[in-house]
Amino acid sequence: MIWNETKECMSRDEMKTMQGARLNKLVDRVYHNVPFYRKKMQELGIEPGDITRVEDVANLPFTTKDDLRDNYPFGLLAVPQSQIVRVHASSGTTGKATVVSYTRKDIDAWQECVTRVLAQADIGRNDIMQVGYGYGLFTGGLGLHYGAENLGATVVPQSTGNTKKLVDMMVDFNVTAIACTPSYLLHIAEVIEERGLRDQIKLKAAICGAEPWTEEMRLQMEEKLGIHAHDIYGLSEIAGPGVASDCQYHCGLHVYEDHYMPEIIDPKTLQPVGEEQIGELVFTTLTKEGMPLLRYRTKDLTSITYKPCECGRTLPRLSRFKGRSDDMLIIRGVNVFPSQVEAALLEVNETTPHYMMIVDRVNNMDTLEVMVEVDEKFFSDEIRELEKLTKKIEHVLRTALGIGPKVKLVEPKTLERSMGKAKHVIDNRKFD
Amino acid sequence: MFVKQLSVFIENRKGRLEDVTNVLKDNDINIVSISLADTNEYGLLRMIVSDPIRGKQALRDQGFSAMLTDVLAVRLPNGVGKLQNLLCHFNEAELNIEYMYILATGSGNDSMVIKVSDNEKAASALEKAGVVLFNPDEAYAIHE
Repeated sequence: MIWNETKECMSRDEMKTMQGARLNKLVDRVYHNVPFYRKKMQELGIEPGDITRVEDVANLPFTTKDDLRDNYPFGLLAVPQSQIVRVHASSGTTGKATVVSYTRKDIDAWQECVTRVLAQADIGRNDIMQVGYGYGLFTGGLGLHYGAENLGATVVPQSTGNTKKLVDMMVDFNVTAIACTPSYLLHIAEVIEERGLRDQIKLKAAICGAEPWTEEMRLQMEEKLGIHAHDIYGLSEIAGPGVASDCQYHCGLHVYEDHYMPEIIDPKTLQPVGEEQIGELVFTTLTKEGMPLLRYRTKDLTSITYKPCECGRTLPRLSRFKGRSDDMLIIRGVNVFPSQVEAALLEVNETTPHYMMIVDRVNNMDTLEVMVEVDEKFFSDEIRELEKLTKKIEHVLRTALGIGPKVKLVEPKTLERSMGKAKHVIDNRKFD
Repeated sequence: MFVKQLSVFIENRKGRLEDVTNVLKDNDINIVSISLADTNEYGLLRMIVSDPIRGKQALRDQGFSAMLTDVLAVRLPNGVGKLQNLLCHFNEAELNIEYMYILATGSGNDSMVIKVSDNEKAASALEKAGVVLFNPDEAYAIHE
């Protein structure tokens, strides 16, 4: 079902006219309320009045994650603090989190988009939906929660961590829909199979996102659980999950561009690339009030098409994501930057900053192993001391990353070094 | 009074133990006694060698994590109840044993290497009890 036919099926001309008007107002807002943007625009010699049509977006300055870090936590607000009703945060590239602030209207727009995602997956008010994303600073749990409530579905705010209970309730409540990471859903499918509960499950739809997955995984979970599974994309900087999602034809993710306007650029030249050409996805938050962003560089690589979709929506579609233009990893749905590991290790006196991260997927669950060099400084002849050190490093990394890695001590000088950028990551997962 | 033990960290990788012994061989260092403690991920090699200081340097030069630790080398004749009797002394002095292994057996050299929570205290407790410690040079030269 199409939740908001007016917006989702608008003609391209109408959409562009609306986007142009929204962009004009947005630029005016940030120019007058956010010193960071005023300065950037002045440097480029642009005034708000220069931006009248949607095409003018190409003249605006970019925003990066580093800009968010430099203005941590509330430096990019375009409204007084009193209008902010909620804050979310995600991983920054180093110690500081990336913080995003929402007004009431921002929350409303976000939940409207999540509702469109759910309707697109044929979930409605008669459905019972488990939200298996983490609740808290992470946008996954609350994002899906509000969207599902807005739809009128019955929400079970399961969160993550207790798979047995989740499966018990899935059976007992006759749960018909679930939202969680794709790898977690495959894990749930295995638990259901092991416990022989397949014929007691009423599940029909899944909304999976927060990490990359493949067409093969979709077919696998659809077959194992007898459901249809949809890909949901989003990032907290823009709103959270619900920036884009695929319809029943699974031929790309429809972007809700009336709120979050996409562009695809060449990450090297920063020039726009053509339709269906792969490049870096960039968003301008047309309607946001709290912390609007101009041309935010997501570092996600994809392509876009404006061809009409069989489902009737005129919203453009993003192709399956092709990776990142930076070194960010997504492990169990959590964004992890190698630089965070380095910063955390520097806090532990006994370690060298040399490390190697090995990411893998075992039984559909992501694993992270961090190899750390043992050197004379903290070497001990007692196993007990070395185990204590291992636990200490594991604790420091868990606190810094938000996921628990396994630490492996290795001999000194065995990890690669180079004058430039050392290779710090081996990702054995396959997403192609 | 204390014997210098050479400890080496080795990953559980093919050939690493041989690499260590190779470095010692090339430097003409004899291994008097050896103990290998293993975990899932790595091993800790503890050795009494003929020249611990040179042994440590040679291993470090080859990139190994090597260190010297003071341990006790205790004469312990072969016989029923001898170890129990020795442990009694540690127990009475409220000392914890971190690890122990055999230093040498036979030809009057029967002995154990012991690492305890407090070496000084252990040494004086053993002295009082009349237990004989190896002097280091004697220990390094066993088998020579």
